[in-house]
Amino acid sequence: MTQTTESFSVSVANVRKAYGTTTALDDVSLTVQAGEFLTLLGPSGCGKTTLLNLIAGFVQPDQGSICIDGESVNELPPYRRSIGMVFQHYALFPHMSVADNVGFGLKMHQVPKSEIAVRVKAALEMVRLGQLGERRPRELSGGQQQRIALARALVINPKVVLLDEPFSAIDKNLRAEMQVELKQIQQRLGITTIFVTHDQSEALSLSDRIAVMSNGQIEQLSAPADLYRHPASSFVASFIGDINRFPCVIKARTETTCTVAMADTLLTLPITHPALSIGAAALLFIRPEELTLVPSHSDAANLGTGQVDTHVYQGTHVDVYVRFADARVLRVRHPGWQATSLFALGQAVGVQANLQQAFIFPAR
Amino acid sequence: MDQLLRVMVRVVIALTLCFVALPSLVVIVTAFNDKAILMFPPTGFSLRWFERAITYDDFRRGLMNGFIITAWASSLALVCGTLGAVVIERYRFAGRRWLEAILLSPLVIPHFTLGIAMLILASAMHVERTYSLVVLCHVILVLPFVMRSVYVSLKNIDPALGRAAASLGATPLQCFLRIDLPLLAPGLAGGWLFAAILSFNEFTATLFVTGQRTQTLPVAMYTYVREYADPTMAALSALLIAATVLFLLAANRWLGLARILSIEAGR
Ligand SMILES: Nc1ncnc2c1ncn2[C@@H]1O[C@H](COP(=O)(O)OP(=O)(O)OP(=O)(O)O)[C@@H](O)[C@H]1O
Ligand SMILES: [Mg+2]
Repeated sequence: MTQTTESFSVSVANVRKAYGTTTALDDVSLTVQAGEFLTLLGPSGCGKTTLLNLIAGFVQPDQGSICIDGESVNELPPYRRSIGMVFQHYALFPHMSVADNVGFGLKMHQVPKSEIAVRVKAALEMVRLGQLGERRPRELSGGQQQRIALARALVINPKVVLLDEPFSAIDKNLRAEMQVELKQIQQRLGITTIFVTHDQSEALSLSDRIAVMSNGQIEQLSAPADLYRHPASSFVASFIGDINRFPCVIKARTETTCTVAMADTLLTLPITHPALSIGAAALLFIRPEELTLVPSHSDAANLGTGQVDTHVYQGTHVDVYVRFADARVLRVRHPGWQATSLFALGQAVGVQANLQQAFIFPAR
Repeated sequence: MDQLLRVMVRVVIALTLCFVALPSLVVIVTAFNDKAILMFPPTGFSLRWFERAITYDDFRRGLMNGFIITAWASSLALVCGTLGAVVIERYRFAGRRWLEAILLSPLVIPHFTLGIAMLILASAMHVERTYSLVVLCHVILVLPFVMRSVYVSLKNIDPALGRAAASLGATPLQCFLRIDLPLLAPGLAGGWLFAAILSFNEFTATLFVTGQRTQTLPVAMYTYVREYADPTMAALSALLIAATVLFLLAANRWLGLARILSIEAGR
C-alpha cells in the first residue's frame, strides 16, 4: 500500500446507486484524509444522504467500492464498520437514560462495566452535559439532545463520524454555538468527519473541504475559499455565495482571455472554463463585492449605467440594486453604511466590474 | 342555538350509553330472581343462582379450560404475530404485499368456516379434539389482531433508531432485543390483551373443535341453556360482567388502557 492511500481515511470509488428509475448517485468518487472535516453540500435530493448511508453501510451500492482506513468495507454490515452517526432528529433511544444512550455502543463492543462508566462520564463532559446522565432524552432540549447524540457517536472512537444535517432541526441562535462546539471537538480529537448540509454558510465556516453535489454527482471538491473564489461550474458559482449572473455571447478568445458581448457592451476577461468557443452562449458571473458604483457614463463604468433601484442595509455593508435600461438588475456591495445617502433611489450610476474576478461558463 | 346543540349532544350520548348498558342491567337484575325461570322484572330476591353458577361442574371446568386455552393461544399468537410483523415490516421479498394484506385482514374468514375446517381436518388426520386443537384454532383466529397491533407499533418506531444502534455496533438481533422490543412493549401488551379477550369469548369456532373435556365457558353456557332455563345463566353473566370490569380497571391502572387502545386507533 502506498503512502498516499494510507492517509485516506475514507475513499469512495466510482459509486453508483439508483432507486428504480431515479439515479441517486451517478459515478461518485471521493477521498477523505485522516482527520479531515469534509462537507457534502447540495440542494435537496442531490444524493447527500444516500452517499452518507453508503459509507455507513445502510445502503448497498449498485456499483463501485468503498474503503475505510484502506480496507474495503463493501461486504461489511454497518455494525462492523466502526462509524459514528449523528442524525437530523437525534435518534436517541427514548427508553434509555442519557448515560445508557452514550454507553450503548461501548456495551455492544463488550467494554467492561467499570470502564463504560468512566468513558461515558468523560464523553458527557466533553459535550458539557456531565450532570444530565440520569435524564431521559425527552427531558432535554433539541440542542442538548444533539450534543448527547454526538457524545454517543464519539465515545466508541469510530474511524469516521458521519453527520446528516445535524443542526437543521435546532433553532437558529443555538445553531452557531453548536457549530463552533462541533468544530472544536473535531479538531481536538482529530477525527475524520463527513458532514451533510444544504446550508452553505454552515459548510463554508466548518469544513476543510467541501464537495458540492448536484443531481447525484460531485460538481466540485475544494477548500471553502477555492470554492468561493474559483468555482468550477455555473452550478457552483450560483450555489455558493451571492452572485450576479448574466447571459452573454463569446465574441473572441485567446489562450487566456475571452471577449464577450453582454447587451451592447463588450468585455474582456480571463477564461475560467475550457469549453468556451466563439459564438457560443455563455453565462457571466460576478460577485457583488467585485462591483463598484462610479459616476454615470464615466469611462470606468465598464458594465454601463443604470438607476438605483433598492438599498438593502446589512450592517457591515449595503447592497445596492441597480436597474439597467434592458431590465437587468445588478447587485452591488458597498462597504460601510453611507451608500444609502450617497446613492439616492432613482439616481443614475455607473457600474464598474473587476473583471479579473469574474467567472465565465458555457450556458447549458 | 349553540346551547341547545350542546344539550342535545349530551342527551344523545346519555341515551346511547343507557342503550348499551341496558342489556347488562337487565341480566344482572334477572340473576337475583328467586324463581327457576328467566324473567324480568324479578318477583323475589335470592342468591342461589349465583351459588349454582359457581358450583356447577361444567362451568368450573369451562372456566379453567378457557384460561388455559386463552393463555396459550394469545401467547403463541403474540410470538408468531410479532415475528410475522417484524418480517413484513423490515424485509422486502416477493409476495410481501399479498402476505401483508391477508394477514392484516381479520374479518376474511368466518369463524364457523374455520371451526368446520379444523373439525374436518382433525378427523381426516385422526386427531383427537384435544387442547392443542382448540389452541391452534384460536391462534389462527386472533393472530391477525395481534399482528396488526405489533405492526402498527413497529411502524411508529423511528428507523433512525435502528441505524443508530447498528452504527454503534449492535447486530440486528441485539438491535431487536434492546431497541425494538422495549419500544414495542405497549403494543405487545395491547395485542396480547385483545387476543386474550377475543379468545376467551370465542364461541362459534370453539363449538366445533371442543369436546366434553375441553369445552370452554361459552360452550358450556350454550350447552347449559339448551337443557335449563333458570337464572343461573344470568348469574354467571353478571359475574363475568363484574370480572371484566375489574380486569379492565386493573389493566387501565397498570398498563394504561388509553395508550393500548390508541395504538389500535392509529392503524
Ligand atoms: N429509499 C429510497 N427509495 C427511493 N428513492 C430514494 C430513496 N432514498 C432516496 N431516494 C431518492 O434519491 C435521491 C437522493 O436522495 P437523498 O436522500 O440522498 O437526497 P439528499 O441530498 O439527502 O436530500 P435532502 O437534502 O432532502 O435530505 C432523491 O431523488 C430521492 O428521492
Ligand atoms: Mg438528506
